[in-house]
Amino acid sequence: MTLIHKPATELQELIKQKQVSSREVTEAFLAQIHLVEPTLNAFLTITDELALSMADVVDEKISKGHALGPLEGVPIAIKDNICTENIPTTCASNILKGFLPPYNATIIETLKHAGLPILGKTNMDEFAMGSSTETSAYQKTHNPWNIDCVPGGSSGGSAVAVAGFEAPLSIGSDTGGSIRQPASFCGNVGLKPTYGRVSRYGLIAFASSLDQIGSFSNNVTDTAHLLNLLAGHDPKDSTSLALEKEDFTRFIGSPKKGLRVGLPNEFFKHLSPEIKALYTTLINKLSQDGIEFVWLDLPSIEYALATYYIIAPAEASSNLARYDGVRFGFRAAGTSSTSEMIEQSRSQGFGAEVKRRILIGTYVLSSGYYDAYYKKAQKVRTLIKKDFDLAFEQVDIIASPTTPTPAFKLGEKTSDPLEMYLSDIMTIPLNLAGLPGLSIPCGLHNNLPMGWQLMGKAFDEARLLQVAHQMESLIGFGGRS
Amino acid sequence: MTQWEVVIGLEIHAQVTTRSKLFCSCSTQFGSTPNSQVCPVCTGMPGALPVLNRAVLDKAIALGLATHCTINAHNEFARKNYFYPDLPKGYQISQLDKPICSRGYLDVEVDGNTRRIGLTRIHMEEDAGKLVHQGSDNIKGATHSLVDLNRSSIPLVEIVSEPDIRSAKEAKAYMESMAQIVRWLGVCDGNLEEGSLRCDANISLRAKGTEALGTKTEVKNLNSFKAVERAILLEVDRQMEILEEGGTIIQETRHYNEATNSTKSLRSKEEAHDYRYFPDPDLVPIAIDRAWVESIAQTLPELPSERYKRYQAELGLSEYDAGKMTINRETGDYFEATLKLGGNAKETANWLNGDISAWLNENSSTLITSVCLMNMTRNDIAWFDTVDGIHQGMRADISSINRPVTITKGRPVADDDIRIFWNSCI
Repeated sequence: MTLIHKPATELQELIKQKQVSSREVTEAFLAQIHLVEPTLNAFLTITDELALSMADVVDEKISKGHALGPLEGVPIAIKDNICTENIPTTCASNILKGFLPPYNATIIETLKHAGLPILGKTNMDEFAMGSSTETSAYQKTHNPWNIDCVPGGSSGGSAVAVAGFEAPLSIGSDTGGSIRQPASFCGNVGLKPTYGRVSRYGLIAFASSLDQIGSFSNNVTDTAHLLNLLAGHDPKDSTSLALEKEDFTRFIGSPKKGLRVGLPNEFFKHLSPEIKALYTTLINKLSQDGIEFVWLDLPSIEYALATYYIIAPAEASSNLARYDGVRFGFRAAGTSSTSEMIEQSRSQGFGAEVKRRILIGTYVLSSGYYDAYYKKAQKVRTLIKKDFDLAFEQVDIIASPTTPTPAFKLGEKTSDPLEMYLSDIMTIPLNLAGLPGLSIPCGLHNNLPMGWQLMGKAFDEARLLQVAHQMESLIGFGGRS
Repeated sequence: MTQWEVVIGLEIHAQVTTRSKLFCSCSTQFGSTPNSQVCPVCTGMPGALPVLNRAVLDKAIALGLATHCTINAHNEFARKNYFYPDLPKGYQISQLDKPICSRGYLDVEVDGNTRRIGLTRIHMEEDAGKLVHQGSDNIKGATHSLVDLNRSSIPLVEIVSEPDIRSAKEAKAYMESMAQIVRWLGVCDGNLEEGSLRCDANISLRAKGTEALGTKTEVKNLNSFKAVERAILLEVDRQMEILEEGGTIIQETRHYNEATNSTKSLRSKEEAHDYRYFPDPDLVPIAIDRAWVESIAQTLPELPSERYKRYQAELGLSEYDAGKMTINRETGDYFEATLKLGGNAKETANWLNGDISAWLNENSSTLITSVCLMNMTRNDIAWFDTVDGIHQGMRADISSINRPVTITKGRPVADDDIRIFWNSCI
């Protein structure tokens, strides 16, 4: 197995044991990036120099005999909606073309401090609005399993970076499934932590009450180690919770006895017979291995998609108001008044999907419609959360397919936004409830990976990762290469 | 002929005196180099998030308590969405249906009568930045405009009155009382020139004896006490003229120009913004418990209205003198400090109203800004020592003196000296 095919924790062991330097590891991934990028297009910016200089700092530390921190020296890729000081951060939008943030997101500071060389910034749906990374204003990213297929989205670039062996770890953000859905499409592990677990400071907001930073990796153990770095209270983010530091790897490797897993009927309703069969086989196998499954109902779930497409656009319409051409980013030329400048900058700077959502959001917040849409959606959101709370009184974990289908073809759904929205139907409820969830690969359909979504109680990631690791071992998909 | 009743409600914006801004740690210092007090948060950089400055909450609670408001246990910030180049996020963080204070009142003295003006609410919000137009004084005719964001996100409280005000004079008295109380509490420095206090008036007329409110207009940009009175007089006249001729008032926002003493229409109701308020998801709701409110209540000073009554009842001051001695907290405190040296209340008030006040006027100074007098407490009174009583050229002498210590020529002054001296003076 070459370096690039190894999981992050193994790479760090090699670095610690001085069998390989952080520079060599970083160079290997950079070489892979330059080799496959012409085909995959996962990166918008590749930061070779930064990555190597960060690797050298780690190597110097080793040469001085200093101990390394967790994952130190292992490179990572970052979604392009996370602010990196003086490194282009575009949200894959023309309106932020060439934008150089004057500051680092909190998690970038964390990763720099922890010594994870930053390989570059990854492609995404414009402002994280999309499920295929096709709304990027810059390029189409291809799924390494079949380059005619989308990688999913919106964190498609970060999912492909890991799936294409361009990075052992990557950072994404998940507002309605933007980590779990591409992880499912690309066959890797994607975690969306509990809302409030990871600081959002410096994550360019799409829908503030739903956005959460998370990760992609090759296995659950790597995911847990990375969460150890990312999690924590940030005084700069009022919505991040002040909880005691915990080790998310602490239960890994000791399977939970008497594990009860809930299966919501609603998540299995709309599957095609073939896909349903795949999951039935999986459930049967895991049952034989001693895991107890319980079918249950989450009755409010059927309103989740509609609720999401009110709340997320409403928040987005306000969050994206700052792109007005006044202080940074794109400004339309040839205008003669400030209002015209703002109007033209936004008209020319935003893509169609972003405009669609700004319009929906503006509409649902308008006076006369606010109560009927936004306020009602917030009430349904509370009901959805209650459904989950009730379910978690009976079970430890809830499981479902991550997506109703495997990766679809590029261009297949771009003309039908509703069809595109439906690919997030399994992942959206969790964001509305603010709960943690992850997707692990669980099988192939037409030679494309399918994901198994595990959902946990709020701030119960340690248990979620324990169960995910347990199932990952039983499924045996982990050795992808 | 119809007798008209004037109905006025005022919205006062007061800048809350704090060292740092409402949602970031940038300085609130006035008059600094443009854009020198900014950060990713108050310039609306992508990804930046607001964090509430708790000091503002404490001050808003203090103001609410002093104006008999209910302090709401559940507080929420909301976004007020509109585009303007001086508004970096494209929305202002304000409060809508869950403000910090509601349902209070302020008693205002007008022509010897006490008028109780109801307060609908007091809420917290952030200020916008400032446009500096180039090549012209206003946006029309400017070649271009620059944006200064030093003011962006400076904390404000907006104090909204009920439509209980019945004349321009009352409106002015109400604003003066409110200015007095915010200064007294240290909530706001009350500096009208620097825009620390700004006012908008909602004005309508109705036939005397009727209940239903007439169509109102909002007059903006009332930035001095005089402007409040003059702009309302203008607007009342304008509306009355229209109504007497059988016309109807158009609901609109009007802008007052202090230089020309005139108002002009800014926008009609149809052109009014739809601000699309919704709770700000970046800020968690704030729960204010009884203990918190109680702890603020314990720090409240004696209020000007209470002192005003006490000075009359206990010290025998006239209404006029009691008013003068409570015009602001510095005067009141100074008055009391002086009394403690053994003066007689009436004569001390006269002295402050007369000689000291005259000296302050001649030197364009106030007790608040005068270095000399602000520092004058017990020991400092001794500067009289060097002059031969207050009737012999004192004003000329003290105007050239910066610090009390120079007057006493460094000689330590004993308490008894002061008392003897003081008694000889008055």
